[in-house]
Amino acid sequence: MNFAVLQFPASNCDQDALHVVQNVLGLSGRFVWHKENSLAGIDAVIIPGGFSYGDYLRTGAIARFSPIMQAVREFAVKGGPVLGICNGFQILCEAGLLPGALIRNRSLQFRCEHVFLKTVTRQSPFTHTIPAGKILRLPIAHGEGCYFADDPTLEQLEKDDRILWQYADDNGKLTEAANPNGSLRNIAGICNEARNVAGLMPHPERASELILGSTDGRLIFEGLAGWLEGRLAKAA
Amino acid sequence: MKAKIIVTPKKAVLDPQGKTVQNALEQMGYKGIGAVHVGKYLEIDLPGADAEVWRSQIDGACHKILSNPVIEDYRFVIE
Repeated sequence: MNFAVLQFPASNCDQDALHVVQNVLGLSGRFVWHKENSLAGIDAVIIPGGFSYGDYLRTGAIARFSPIMQAVREFAVKGGPVLGICNGFQILCEAGLLPGALIRNRSLQFRCEHVFLKTVTRQSPFTHTIPAGKILRLPIAHGEGCYFADDPTLEQLEKDDRILWQYADDNGKLTEAANPNGSLRNIAGICNEARNVAGLMPHPERASELILGSTDGRLIFEGLAGWLEGRLAKAA
Repeated sequence: MKAKIIVTPKKAVLDPQGKTVQNALEQMGYKGIGAVHVGKYLEIDLPGADAEVWRSQIDGACHKILSNPVIEDYRFVIE
């Protein structure tokens, strides 16, 4: 099982993501520079956080045209799992691999804190092992995390059970106070129609070890690894 | 010759920046103003003098990268 962690100019938490893959999960992985154009031998792709290309124009707007993104698109079409974290989520939306867009936080403030997340559905490679009813506690660090999509898109996401996580209070109640950025319907993370591409604004890779104050993020990576094991066994 | 491009947030999109600027203007005494929307202005230098040669390319660039059709509208002139 081989993970790729993409690197763009001004990616961050790329090291943290690969650290989780290699040292927390004990799996193999490597960085893939954005100028590369192949994902040969890769089984899962993580697009990390950061401020790729200085967030010029719009967050993720320029990164989506990097050579590697064509390979990511082809990888995703074939069913390969792709997880976009923070800036990775923004890039996936700009690339049209996920619907909607991430815009300026409604407060206009950069928010750097821990939030609580309700897992809305366990029907995805990223959420299937999260215990029902468990509220995740993960850090966020973003200025443009307000999820926006038009009403028909939001309706479709709900109907298709594609909202993976919502900002909630520690009891799982969706409140405005628990929503750090003004995201519509408290959306923190979604997946595509085929359910193999997901994005979320919080940082699970920064919450995968006890020393970091939370291990809840690990559930997402473990879920993905478990799902991948099944996928690879089927292909073998 | 230049392409002059204006990108604005779509009506339905939350525009906290515009709202904040509006509030500031009102506090400064500019009473009676309506909603403020903050967008972007881009200029692209173009060679030649025939605007029509560039029109479809600039439109394509606006659609593909210079704006995000999910959240923004654009308009441009070439002059």
